Amino acid sequence: MSLNTISIKQAREGLSKKKFSSEELVNACLFEIKKGKSLNAFITVCEKEALEKARLSDKKIKEEVDLPLLGIPISLKDIYLTKGIKTTAGSRILEDYIPQYSATVVKNLEDAGAIIVGKTNCDAWAHGSSGENSDYGHTKNPWNEEYVPGGSSSGSAVSVAANMALSSTGTDTGGSIRLPASFCNVVGLKPTYGRVSRYGIVAMASSLDSIGHFTKNVDDSALMLSITAGKDPNDATTPDNKVDAYENYLNKGVKNIKIGIPKEYFLEGLDKRIKEKIKNSIKLLETQGANIEYISLPHTQYAVACYYIIQPAEVSSNLARYDRIRYGNDRSFFGDEAKRRIMLGTYVLSSGYYDAYYKKAMRVRTLVKKDFDNAFKKVDVIITPVSPTLPWKIGEKTSDPLAMYLSDIYTVTANLAGIPGLSVPIGFIDNLPVGMQILGPHFSEGKLFQAGKACEYA
Amino acid sequence: MKPVIGLETHIELKTKSKMFCPCSADYFGKKPNTHTCPVCLGLPGALPVPNKTAIEWCVMLGMALNCDIPQFSKFDRKNYFYPDLPKGYQISQYAEPFCLKGSIKLDSGKTIGITRVHMEEDTGKLIHESIDGQDVTLIDFNRSGVPLVEIVTQPDFDNTKDVIDYLKKLQQIARYLDISNADMEKGDMRLEPNISLQKKGKTGLPNYKVEVKNINSFRFVEKSINYEIDRQTKILNEGKTPTQETRGWDENKQKTVTQRIKEESSDYRYFPEPDIPPVRWTELQITNYKLQIPELPDKKLHRFIKQYQLNDYDAEILTRETILADYFEETVTLGKKYGLTPKQIVNFIINRRVDPKNILPAKLIRRVISAGKTDEINDETLRKIIKKVLKENPKIAEDYKKGKTSVIQFAIGQAMYIIKKKIDTEFLKKLIIEELK
Repeated sequence: MSLNTISIKQAREGLSKKKFSSEELVNACLFEIKKGKSLNAFITVCEKEALEKARLSDKKIKEEVDLPLLGIPISLKDIYLTKGIKTTAGSRILEDYIPQYSATVVKNLEDAGAIIVGKTNCDAWAHGSSGENSDYGHTKNPWNEEYVPGGSSSGSAVSVAANMALSSTGTDTGGSIRLPASFCNVVGLKPTYGRVSRYGIVAMASSLDSIGHFTKNVDDSALMLSITAGKDPNDATTPDNKVDAYENYLNKGVKNIKIGIPKEYFLEGLDKRIKEKIKNSIKLLETQGANIEYISLPHTQYAVACYYIIQPAEVSSNLARYDRIRYGNDRSFFGDEAKRRIMLGTYVLSSGYYDAYYKKAMRVRTLVKKDFDNAFKKVDVIITPVSPTLPWKIGEKTSDPLAMYLSDIYTVTANLAGIPGLSVPIGFIDNLPVGMQILGPHFSEGKLFQAGKACEYA
Repeated sequence: MKPVIGLETHIELKTKSKMFCPCSADYFGKKPNTHTCPVCLGLPGALPVPNKTAIEWCVMLGMALNCDIPQFSKFDRKNYFYPDLPKGYQISQYAEPFCLKGSIKLDSGKTIGITRVHMEEDTGKLIHESIDGQDVTLIDFNRSGVPLVEIVTQPDFDNTKDVIDYLKKLQQIARYLDISNADMEKGDMRLEPNISLQKKGKTGLPNYKVEVKNINSFRFVEKSINYEIDRQTKILNEGKTPTQETRGWDENKQKTVTQRIKEESSDYRYFPEPDIPPVRWTELQITNYKLQIPELPDKKLHRFIKQYQLNDYDAEILTRETILADYFEETVTLGKKYGLTPKQIVNFIINRRVDPKNILPAKLIRRVISAGKTDEINDETLRKIIKKVLKENPKIAEDYKKGKTSVIQFAIGQAMYIIKKKIDTEFLKKLIIEELK
């Protein structure tokens, strides 16, 4: 077993028992990054700074300083602002942008002792489902380099799957964490909207953006959330709700847990092999004592249409600040997908069209949310596929934006409703990974970890 | 033809920090771009956090203008491009402002409808300069994000006198609430009248509207409205309709000039600001704000007239600013012990132009008493006598200019010799110094 393949939990144990040093651990990740250069997972690698910090961490470990992530190498989606480290959001507009401040989450992770090994590649402005919209070249799937790794947090998922970091942060506006997690065989968490601060993270669609992470297992996902979650005085959309002791949920098992299976998520269009895989996983949960209930989320079919009105509307407004007056390159550096969304968003917000599009979409959004509210009166969690298909070949859908948008069909609902979603690996089909999605009510991340962990045993 | 005039007024609040970030809002005269942070510079990832005090003040202003305060309210984004607007949108309120449907009563007896009072943020400032022979535009973001309240009236005005009266009342209310200095010269208050003319016998609003933007003086508002009435009358008399447009007041040319022609209303693509949760007030909060509203100018004026038996003129001067009103009331309370009437005190304060910042009520009472032992003589006569003394004794002015202030005693003696009455020498001294300057 090489050092970088271990989980955070294992690494913490090894570090505290002095089995290996943080420097060795960081070096192992840096080696993997170099080895896997063809995957194009990173935009910036912070080799020097990471090693410096690793040596400092080793000193602290010797002094028996106890921090939850002390000496642990992680990577950050290049949409998280890092003071003094270039942050591009995957776009050439910000190709030389060095932020004056760090995102709240970055501060929290660094305060917890984490070491940033680099900034990962992503679809420009987080626009995309495949990682192919990056202005810095597309990221490749580590399980088969001819395939997409999923997006938009493509490099983040790959960096964890390919052992380049023990965990990585991502953002999920319509599936951008859960989809690449599923395509790369790692655990991906999209927390409840507002559970984790958005301050200092380049905004895509502000009412949908959720700030989450990738890990190798569910335990690590719970640990990461316990560090990133909570109220941030700099983000007015983070409520006061207490942060749960997530670790307490991990070994509860699923006995008597009610799991809902929504029929709308298993209709035509879903790869039959994926359907089978999920059915098997559900059966295994049943054998562990879970109660399965078949439910309906009747407005599911409108979710993608609704999402592709609200999201571009907010995108068009959020990208207006990139005008080159204070920083960055001029607007001609926007890629096709950003331009497409700016035009769509501007159109749906224009007077005369607002009522027909934006206002109506907001009504549909309320209905989608109500679907979940009603469902969670009956069940504890809901299980669905993450993606209707397996990872596709690079270039396969780039000329058909609509087909690309449809890959978000099972993930956008959670963003519209603001509920948390966890993607857990459930195996392989044709040597390509498959994930399963667990959804829960607002602020029920603990329950998702509980069910997710049971899947790992399954 | 009857003028139809409505007003939009922006008032800058004097909160310590800006509307959506902790930067100091006290930007006037400060070094450019020193009161800035990621939020008010519109850096990537920055998020607005609303200033609670500013919102409370906006609600209180609305209450002072007799508005309804809806229980649910929210912020919206107003999207437009301009270099002084760092985010590419202004956070404002569109569909659901904090205050709706108010009114204000003018001295003429007319009641003006207040359409809405809402909260928004100020923009940065563009400075056009020539540097090394090159024309450049610089941006100062110190003002970016300073809280602004916008007060919109119904098109209820038909003359400039009422407009000016309304603006003065609004300014006075803002000062009474202590939420803004409402200082026109510093841009704390910016005025935008919209003017059109209604033909006789017609009802409803005219089919055009001319807006005059960003005026920073009551006098200019008056001039621009009068100018517009003349200009539009001429056009209408020729059988044409004035163009719907935005104009500006050019003080040098003494006229309004075209700034922007609006064929349709601009499309700001308003939508709910997703970064700020909506505001939901409880009954208790609303009641609490109501309790915090001090006695307002109109009420104070009427109380002064009744309680202290003052005439309208005196009461109006005393209640212009709370500092003078409070000072008067304090002095009246103290003066009672010495048998002084409110009328004696108000006479002294007004005639002697007492500055409440310079003399404590107790001292003022002593002066009122000592003045009471003296004969009253009117200002005009006194000034004439002083002028005579100074003319006959040119050395007084010469010595005073050299810094010999003791020469004033001599002047007082000379004047007293002419007056031949016992008068308040302190006041005489004040007038002599005024003359010498």
